[in-house]
Amino acid sequence: MKVSMTVNGRAETVDLDPRVTLLDSLRETLGLTGSKKGCDHGQCGACTVLVNGRRINACLSLAVMHEGDEITTIEDFEDDGVLHELQAAFVEHDGFQCGYCTPGQICSAVGMLSEVAAGMPSHVTVALADEQVALTNEEIRERMSGNLCRCAAYPNIVAAIAQVGRAQ
Amino acid sequence: MRAFVYVRAAGAETAAGEARDAGAKFIAGGTNLLDLMKLQVETPEKLVDVNRVGLDRIEDTPEGGLRIGALVRNSDLAADMRVRTRYEVLSRALLSGASAQLRNKATTAGNLLQRTRCYYFYDTALPCNKRQPGSGCAALEGFNRVHAILGVSGQCIASHPSDMAVAMRVLDAEVETLAPDGERRKIPLAELHRLPDDTPHIENTLAQGELITAVTLPPAPAGRQIYRKVRDRASYAFALVSVAAIIDVRHDAVRRARVAFGGIGAKPWRDEVAEAALEGAPATGKTADDFAGRILADAVGHGGNDFKIPLTRRIARAVFEQAGA
Repeated sequence: MKVSMTVNGRAETVDLDPRVTLLDSLRETLGLTGSKKGCDHGQCGACTVLVNGRRINACLSLAVMHEGDEITTIEDFEDDGVLHELQAAFVEHDGFQCGYCTPGQICSAVGMLSEVAAGMPSHVTVALADEQVALTNEEIRERMSGNLCRCAAYPNIVAAIAQVGRAQ
Repeated sequence: MRAFVYVRAAGAETAAGEARDAGAKFIAGGTNLLDLMKLQVETPEKLVDVNRVGLDRIEDTPEGGLRIGALVRNSDLAADMRVRTRYEVLSRALLSGASAQLRNKATTAGNLLQRTRCYYFYDTALPCNKRQPGSGCAALEGFNRVHAILGVSGQCIASHPSDMAVAMRVLDAEVETLAPDGERRKIPLAELHRLPDDTPHIENTLAQGELITAVTLPPAPAGRQIYRKVRDRASYAFALVSVAAIIDVRHDAVRRARVAFGGIGAKPWRDEVAEAALEGAPATGKTADDFAGRILADAVGHGGNDFKIPLTRRIARAVFEQAGA
């Protein structure tokens, strides 16, 4: 079945079996292998992409459910050799070891910072009615808990995100 | 994943009509259903995609409550300022569940209808009466740390995994539905989920093709709203025991207390009779202990989940102390 999506700003129409996940359509059909398949069950976050600006697990969504949607993957962040500020911060703070979770971490962090900018609360937010979120390390850890790092580079991931988040 | 026919519904009536035949299922967020389809625990012949049917708004009701569209995402519901200020227990429950990525997809109706995370339900190599009626229950003698202690049967000890539903239960939510024949009805949330008894594979009172269209909350009752969740990790884990409470304490006495539990029941657990006994009781630890005793009177552990009995008692006491402080 045909589905049309905008992927990283480009209009794409693909013909897929309805069983194909958004993740597999990105990796196998469109050749965008930056989004990683870790658990394939929504537990690890390696497949995190942005759909209409919001972060989701691409492994737990069917491609055919995304007709007309705007998908952003890690491939969209680098611009002519210039890294996105989060990518640069991950390099600066050594926010990875093997790197397999990193594309998901960065897409997730971009989505997370938009949620913070929109004033969305988290489990650790003390005053729910506050319209502004103070981006403490505790907030970053809670909000990024859907992205696992088996190398446990967490302290450096938090430092990288904090540097970018607090500058915004 | 087994093959299925995919239909994208443009409206709620079309969706319900498309799902009238056995073997059809609605898909919204898909975060639980697709997970189960990959394992062939769920093998629908037809998927009716309801993501484009609307039903995605949160509206004020004339009575001063809220009407939450079935397709409102968990993250949007938790972040709605009316929910944050008037229904804090619901916002807190939602924020304690899953991860941000999952909450961005998961819907209000889907959350209510999510299936248990019993390990044996997920493992198609082992018996499970819920997955395959009559095959037996591997959890009874197996690893049952996450399993229920209330409302269980000799056929099934699976727990209901939702946090959101526990908060909605304490808020006396009502579920609105639309059947394939166009009939609409309202079901108190207390009557949506069924206990396992001898038919653990039948988990709710909805008919084939009956679509949840909204969840309505009455005006929030007076009292301190608390959601407390105990789990094996600090974040992104299901509840071992959770409590949603609205407790109104005045002059050191309990005026009214509403308390629902998650993680311990075959469905979101609440006992209004036990709550009635609290009215006018002194706001002390003993009152909380007596209440927990009544809640747990019929509790049954199966080894790995025995700890939930004392844990529930302690959490009930902690919540009452927090409400009285």
